[in-house]
Amino acid sequence: MAITVRIPTVLRPATGGQAVIEGEGTTIGAVLGRIATDHPGVKPQLFHDDGALHKFLNVYINDDDVRYLGGLEAPVADGDEITLLPAVAGGAV
Amino acid sequence: MSNSQRDAMVAHVIRALPHEGCGLLLGSLDGRVSEVVLSSNVAASARVYEIDPKVLLKSYRTAESRGEEVVGCFHSHTHTDAFPSPTDIAQAPDPTWHYVLISLRAVPPTVRSYRIVDGEVSEETVDITEN
Repeated sequence: MAITVRIPTVLRPATGGQAVIEGEGTTIGAVLGRIATDHPGVKPQLFHDDGALHKFLNVYINDDDVRYLGGLEAPVADGDEITLLPAVAGGAV
Repeated sequence: MSNSQRDAMVAHVIRALPHEGCGLLLGSLDGRVSEVVLSSNVAASARVYEIDPKVLLKSYRTAESRGEEVVGCFHSHTHTDAFPSPTDIAQAPDPTWHYVLISLRAVPPTVRSYRIVDGEVSEETVDITEN
C-alpha cells in the first residue's frame, strides 16, 4: 500500500504531466512539502510564502477536507488517497 | 445546455438571494453540459462565492465515473452585470472551463458564458436546446 496524491489538471504542467504522485510522509504537510521539493514549480500553488496551505487549494484525505482534520497536521496513513482541487471561487467585487 | 438546465441554474441563484448562488457544470470540454450541480455558497456573501468543497470533490468523482469532466461553473452577480469581475478573473483556475455568469440586476435574469485564459476574458454563446 502507498499514499496516492491526485494532481488536478491545472497543476500538471508543474509536475511533469503526472496526474498521480506517490506520497511520502505521516502528515499532509509533510506529503505536500515533499511534492513541493520534488516539483518546485508547484510550490506557490500549494503554499503561501509563510508556509500556510494555499487559501484557494482544497486538499482532501479520502473524502474529507483537511481543514476539518487539523490542516497541515492532519495525519496520513498508507492506503490514503489525497486529492488536490483548486477552489472554485470569485465574486462581484 | 438545455432549457431546463438553464432554468435550474437561474432558480437556484434566485433562491440563494441575498447571497450569490453557485454551482458546477458536468459534461464534455466541447461545451455540452450533461448535468448542472447546485452548490451552497460557503462564502455566504452577496459579493463573493465559493463552491462547497464537498460538492466539488463529489462532482469530480461523478464526472470521472461517467467518463466526463467538470467543465465549468456558474455563479450569480446580484447587483452587477453578467461579466467576470476582477476577482473572478484572478481566481479562475482553469483555462479549459466555461464560466457562466447570471446577473439578477434586471428582470429577466441574464445568462452569459466566458472563457478566462491567462487573465484574458472572451465571451462565448450559450446555446439553449429543447429539453
